[in-house]
Parts: sequence; C-alpha cells; structure tokens
Amino acid sequence: MIGNDIIFSLSVRSVRVHLLRSVLAALGIVIGVVAIASIGMMGASMTLSVTDQLSDMANKLTVTPYRGGGGGMMGGPGGGGGSSDDDAITEKEFKTIQRIVTKYGTAYTLRSESDQIEVGSDKGRATIYGLDTEIMREILTVETGEYPKSTTTVVVGPTLAERLNLKIGSKIKIGDPDEGSTTTVRVVGILEERGMSMDLSTDMAIIGSDKLFVGIYGGEGEYDQVNVVVSDLNNIETVKTAIEDELNRKEDTVTVQDSSRMTESITETVSTMTTFVMAIAGISLLVAAVSIFNVMMMSVNERIREIGILRSIGTQRAEILRMFIYEAAIIGIVGAIIGAIVSLIIGYVIVVGMIGSAEYFFAPGSIIYVPMAMAVGAAICIITGIYPAWRASNLDPIEALQNE
Amino acid sequence: MSSPVIELMDVVRVYPLPSGDVTALKGVSLRIDEGEFVAIMGPSGSGKSTLLNQIGCLDRPTSGDLFLAGKNTREMDDRELTNLRLSSIGYIFQKFNLIPLLSAYENVEYPYIMKYRKNDDTGKVRDLLAMVGIDENLSAHKPNELSGGQQQRVAIARALVNDPAILLCDEPTGNLDSQTSLQIMEILADLHSRGRTLVMVTHNPETATYADRTITIRDGQIA
Ligand SMILES: Nc1ncnc2c1ncn2[C@@H]1O[C@H](COP(=O)(O)OP(=O)(O)O)[C@@H](O)[C@H]1O
Ligand SMILES: [Mg+2]
Repeated sequence: MIGNDIIFSLSVRSVRVHLLRSVLAALGIVIGVVAIASIGMMGASMTLSVTDQLSDMANKLTVTPYRGGGGGMMGGPGGGGGSSDDDAITEKEFKTIQRIVTKYGTAYTLRSESDQIEVGSDKGRATIYGLDTEIMREILTVETGEYPKSTTTVVVGPTLAERLNLKIGSKIKIGDPDEGSTTTVRVVGILEERGMSMDLSTDMAIIGSDKLFVGIYGGEGEYDQVNVVVSDLNNIETVKTAIEDELNRKEDTVTVQDSSRMTESITETVSTMTTFVMAIAGISLLVAAVSIFNVMMMSVNERIREIGILRSIGTQRAEILRMFIYEAAIIGIVGAIIGAIVSLIIGYVIVVGMIGSAEYFFAPGSIIYVPMAMAVGAAICIITGIYPAWRASNLDPIEALQNE
Repeated sequence: MSSPVIELMDVVRVYPLPSGDVTALKGVSLRIDEGEFVAIMGPSGSGKSTLLNQIGCLDRPTSGDLFLAGKNTREMDDRELTNLRLSSIGYIFQKFNLIPLLSAYENVEYPYIMKYRKNDDTGKVRDLLAMVGIDENLSAHKPNELSGGQQQRVAIARALVNDPAILLCDEPTGNLDSQTSLQIMEILADLHSRGRTLVMVTHNPETATYADRTITIRDGQIA
C-alpha cells in the first residue's frame, strides 16, 4: 500500500528536496540512538560478565574483621587493610570458625598487604598474600612452574607477571628501601588467570607462604581474612549465621560476606551507573527531538501554499497529517537504523575493549538495547512530528493558498 | 429544460480582521444552470475570488446558503466538502498552483489517485495531457521547468481528471501573455461546447466574451 502511496512519495520527495536539513535532523537521532544503545549494551555486558564470574563464588564466604558500617565490598583482600592489632582476625577466632565449618566444608586464613616492589629497575605496587602452603595447592592453579616450598620463593599472578615481565627465576624486591629493609624473593611459578573475585584476587598479586609474610610484616597469630568454602550450597546461610552468632555475640568483631551481596552490590552499582549515563544520553535524544521539531515546523511553514493547493484539489486533512507524520517518521526511522548499525559497531568495540570478550555483547539482555533505542528514537521523531503535522492539516485552504 | 447546478441564496462572507471586519460578500444570490458558461467580472477587491471560493467549497458562507446539485453545503462537514472538491469541482487558478514536488503527469494523476486509490491505468491522464497540448516529453517535467502557458494547460488537465460537474476558473489567463491567453481560452471554450459548466472570474472584457452570461460584482454585491 505504502509503496505506491502518493502521500508517502510526497513525504519522501520533501525529505529529498531538503536533504541536508533532513540529514542533520536524522543525525541527532543517530547520536541519541547510538548513545542509549551502546551505553545500555555496555552496562548489560558488564553486569553479565560480573554475575558470571561471581557465580562460581556462590559457595564461598569471606570473614573479615569488623570495620564498622559493614565493611565495603572491596574491603577484603588487596584492600591494604594491613595487619595492625585492632583489625585482624585472631588465631582464637579462626579456631572458632574452623570448629563451626568442619561439618560443612573448610576454612583457611589469608594475610594480605599492599607494598612497593622492585624488579630490576622497574618499580611498582602489588598485593602480597600470605597463605598456608598446603592450602595454596588446593585453591590456586599454577600455569607454569611450581608451588613455593621455602620462605624465599613465591608464585605470581599472570597480569603482574606480564606487566613486570616476570619469569620463573625472576627476583622481586619487596618493600620500600627508604622505609627499612627489603626482602628479595624468587618466582617459582606463574598462576592461571583467576579474574576478579571476592575471596582472593591473585592476578595482580604475589603469593608466598605464611612464614614469608610474617617474616616481612609480622603479625604472628593474626589474619586479615578467613575464607570459607562450603561443600553444599544450601548450607551457606546456616554457616554464615552460625559464624555471626558465635563471633558477634557481644559486639561486632567480624563481617561475614557471601557472594550474593557482592553480586548484588556490583550489579546495582553498574545498573545505577548505566541508568545515570543513559539519562544523559536521553538528553541527546531530547536535543534531537527539538531539532526534528524545528525541521518539521520549517517544512510546514515552507509548504503552506502547497498544503493549500493539495487541500483545494480535494486532499483530506487526515492525508495532510499523514504526509507530515511520514516525513518525521522517515527521518526518525532512517536515523534509528543508521544509529543501530553504528551502535552495534561502537558497542562491540567498547565491550570487547572493556571486558575482553564479545560473548556477553550478543546476549539477549545486552543486544535488546539496540531495538529498544531504535524504537525510542523513531518514536520520539514521530511524536515530535505530530504537532507540526496537526498544524499543517488544520490550515485554512484559502489562507494557505494566499500565502506567498 | 436545464437545472441549477449552482445556487447561492443571500450569501454573506465576512472576514474578521483585527482592524475591523471586512464584508467581502454582502448577500449574493445567484443561479447557474448545467452547461452554462458564466463570467464574473468586477474591479479588483470587489469579491470575485471570494465568491468563486464559496462556489468551490474552499470556504463557507458566514450566512446564506449554497446549493450544489440541489444539496445544501451547509450540512456537509469538512470531509464531505473535500470530497466534493475532489470529485465534482475542477479548479483552475491564476497562479496555476501545481504541486512543485510532482511532475506534470503526476500533477494530473494526483486527484485521480486520491479518488480511486490507485494509479491511472486507463490512459486518461495521458489523453487529457494530449488534449491540452502537453506531449509525453513535457509531462515528465516538474512545474518549475514549464512555461506559464504550459503550467496552465497541465492545471486544466488536472481539473478535468475526475470529470467534475463544474469547472471554476479564477483569472485563468491573468498571468499569461495575450497569445497564450487566447490558446487557453480556446481550450475552455471547447470544454464548454462539449457541455461542461464553467464559471470564470476575469477582469478582461475580451475573455468574458467567450461566456454565455456575464455577472458583474461591485463591492461584494451583484451589480
Ligand atoms: N483571507 C482574507 N482575509 C481577509 N480579507 C480578505 C481575505 N481574502 C480577501 N479578503 C478581502 O476581501 C475583499 C475581496 O477580495 P477578493 O475576493 O480577493 O477580491 P477580487 O478577487 O475581486 O480581487 C478584499 O477587500 C480583500 O482584501
Ligand atoms: Mg481575485
């Protein structure tokens, strides 16, 4: 029907006659659609990727010293909490935790410190973990090399290894020489990539034995964190409550976190960010709407006489209305289609760049933002076109004909 | 024998303006029969176009009645009046008033498509264009690529495409040189001779001689 509809073809011709103006108006829609779609896709991909990574954390709990306010979500390992007396988990507390956990799984301690390191002439910072050497074998996977056996050997995370060009046998000087003595350790293994995690983030870290750690930083009988692995997922809540009941009976001494809180918290943060940025992107659509409105009003004003002619030879009001709505729709739909294509490209580049994989980009929850943004863009165009079209259709034929 | 196609009864048209109302028609009564060729003459500003717009249903009377083929237009809504303009009235303007975005052919076909909701496959558009002397080559041109005379020929073809009962012409030769005017008048006279009802506004006494009857308007009234 629309194919040989003369009203539609008048709209197309009008857009073509004022091509530059129409293209500029469509450009606004393109930008708006691209902004909304790529931000939406980025947010969705990030959420998906985080949720995915954290799902294998579902059977884990972390116990950290209570720091008031419930301890931040990143307040765990690598947070540089240090091992000062007031915020550490004592040996006694660990034993209590172990006693509770035995029935359900295992618990192990973790010491961590952020410190300056030197490799050759390269300086940097890294997290240094102190772990039981047996536990290390259980929870960490060495990609090349072996697990540390002595107090002078360590394993390092793959990101750190790459950044500082560390190999098996490389020497790392830990500590700031200006502040005291340094300790030199030897790399005996490089770990597999582990990703972001709540219990232990090893990709950018140096991991040595408890003895090594205490040797450098002291803190015998004190831990920064206790990690709990529960064998049956259904017992997570029971274990969590039991630890809290036992250790926080008189006053809050520890914070027990499960991954659901972290997942929730990250998802929430990402979605708040995404919504906020998307609202800003929405403003660009508003600007586009103003420009479409302007173009449509110009088109109506320029064509008053033509509208008079069309009306005088028997064109219905509804058809004039249709003609201008079509015009706005053409600009909107063309803009939205171009916007969709561009946002697929830009979104892909951003997502692959930020997350490193396009897997989440093509997930329904992410790709849905493209048609959504298109619909919003095109709808805004059409809605914006209604008033100018309505004005055109209600012009008095005689006055329109007398218009110069 | 002949019946009134157009009948005006005491038609008044007041233009309300901020500077005061202008009464362009002060009670005009008029009867035009089928097949008649009527010329409306009068000085500029006397209300000729206003009267023709009333007959052409482009406008409504402030008071009074207009009957077209026996039907009172007062009882019609905008939709019905628009349909009347599409199917029963052919309008030819001094300024040609072709649609700039459409070619000559498409201009003539436009009312046909509006009426029948399909393209002309009967050859009618082509025949009408041939009748007014626009060949196929010219009919592909846009109005701004045509001379005034050519545009008016296209406009006549367009006015005829839906076989209207009435043909209304508002100074059809007003923007044309005398040679071209003559050719246009020949076409109109020919249409009249074939039974078409014509009402033509003019202030050229020479073109008025083609008509059967001349009505003179002065200051919004038939003189
Ligand atoms: N749209 C309008 N609004 C206000 N006044 C108008 C309008 N059209 C015509 N007039 C006035 O009505 C009178 C008759 O105009 P018109 O019918 O165009 O005269 P003619 O065609 O005989 O030259 C004039 O005084 C003119 O100024
Ligand atoms: Mg006039």
